[in-house]
Amino acid sequence: MNCKKCKIKAVIGLPRHNAAFCKACFNEFVLEQVTRAIKGERMFGRDDRILVAVSGGKDSLALWDILLKLGYKADALYVDLGIPGYSTKSREKVQQFADSVARTHEAKLLIHKVEEEEGAGIRELADLIHRPTCSTCGTIKRYQFNRAAVEQHYDVMATGHNLDDEASRLLGNVLHWQEEYLDKQGPSLPASVEGFAKKVKPLYRLSEREVAAYSVLNRIDYIVDECPMAKGSKMLLYKEVLNRLETESPGTKQAFYCGFLEKQARALQQGSGQAQPAPPSMAEKDRATLHPCATCSQPTTAEICSYCKMMARAKAGSTR
Amino acid sequence: MHFLLFTFTSHMRVTLSHPERQVEIPGPKRVKDLLRDLNLVVEAHLVIRGDDLVTEDELLKDEDQVEIRPVISGG
Ligand code: SF4
Ligand SMILES: [Zn+2]
Ligand SMILES: [Zn+2]
Repeated sequence: MNCKKCKIKAVIGLPRHNAAFCKACFNEFVLEQVTRAIKGERMFGRDDRILVAVSGGKDSLALWDILLKLGYKADALYVDLGIPGYSTKSREKVQQFADSVARTHEAKLLIHKVEEEEGAGIRELADLIHRPTCSTCGTIKRYQFNRAAVEQHYDVMATGHNLDDEASRLLGNVLHWQEEYLDKQGPSLPASVEGFAKKVKPLYRLSEREVAAYSVLNRIDYIVDECPMAKGSKMLLYKEVLNRLETESPGTKQAFYCGFLEKQARALQQGSGQAQPAPPSMAEKDRATLHPCATCSQPTTAEICSYCKMMARAKAGSTR
Repeated sequence: MHFLLFTFTSHMRVTLSHPERQVEIPGPKRVKDLLRDLNLVVEAHLVIRGDDLVTEDELLKDEDQVEIRPVISGG
């Protein structure tokens, strides 16, 4: 297989683009796709300060690397979950990348330690409040990333979600007709109210395999083993199914997710041109239902936000 | 005889994950056939020879050190 552009030996084939690339041309392809995502979805500009959510995995480190290469101002936040083995190892990978690559771009790494701030590791916390580890983890990460972004005046928060993440989540939402979640599936979510950071996914045009290839080719040392809690997750099954389809008919994942985004955009446009009032946008819905949490003043739909409720239950559980 | 024994013990070494293990597979073999024999989907894996990524049509030989790296994560 030879590179489609320069005809030398290729290192990766991309059936969905009917192409194969050498290392240099593949890197160019990746930067182009990310640039297209950033500009096309108006994610951020040159002067914006970006906070990247990093885990030590291939996606988030690749994202940090790409944004720095493209010349954006991007710092990163790592949340240490306190899972024995996994957390230590993934933190080392992030620290290594921060010291070797990010530092040369004058970008810094922020670290949030769950054991210190929340008083126990994620699994102990989940036990105390009788909730699954991953939902406890989700609440803490969402809360802490948003808080760091808002308090430290970042303009936007970026996550490493790739095309496979978005397509599999869409499949899950469609299979269960969770229409209320469909609004939030776009690659760029505005900061709808004061206290909520804008959230973007600059890798949504790249497949998981492409992001992994970028990391391998550019010698980004990432943690290959997953978080041990991810085992048996539904998302893995959806991804597997989509990858079977993708292998049989290349382009399936992109057609599924990007087709959804196009339909969504068209529906919004049509809605605004008709006599009937347009359905309220997500930002409008948020503005109508969100107000500051009584305890911590981050935006919430309830009196007290889910993070504060969770921490109150954890405290009660541990003193019992 | 010795020569035969030598070729028999020097198949390509393939490292797999989840769980991490090594298998020896006789070459020469194309990347896409290797994946198919192991019942692995191209779209969910990268094949790395030594330090380098290789495409599906690449011919792997007995002396090669090969890693099949899964690219899918659950988050
Ligand atoms: S698998 Fe669960 S516990 Fe692990 S990082 Fe993901 S959400 Fe958190
Ligand atoms: Zn090329
Ligand atoms: Zn709160």
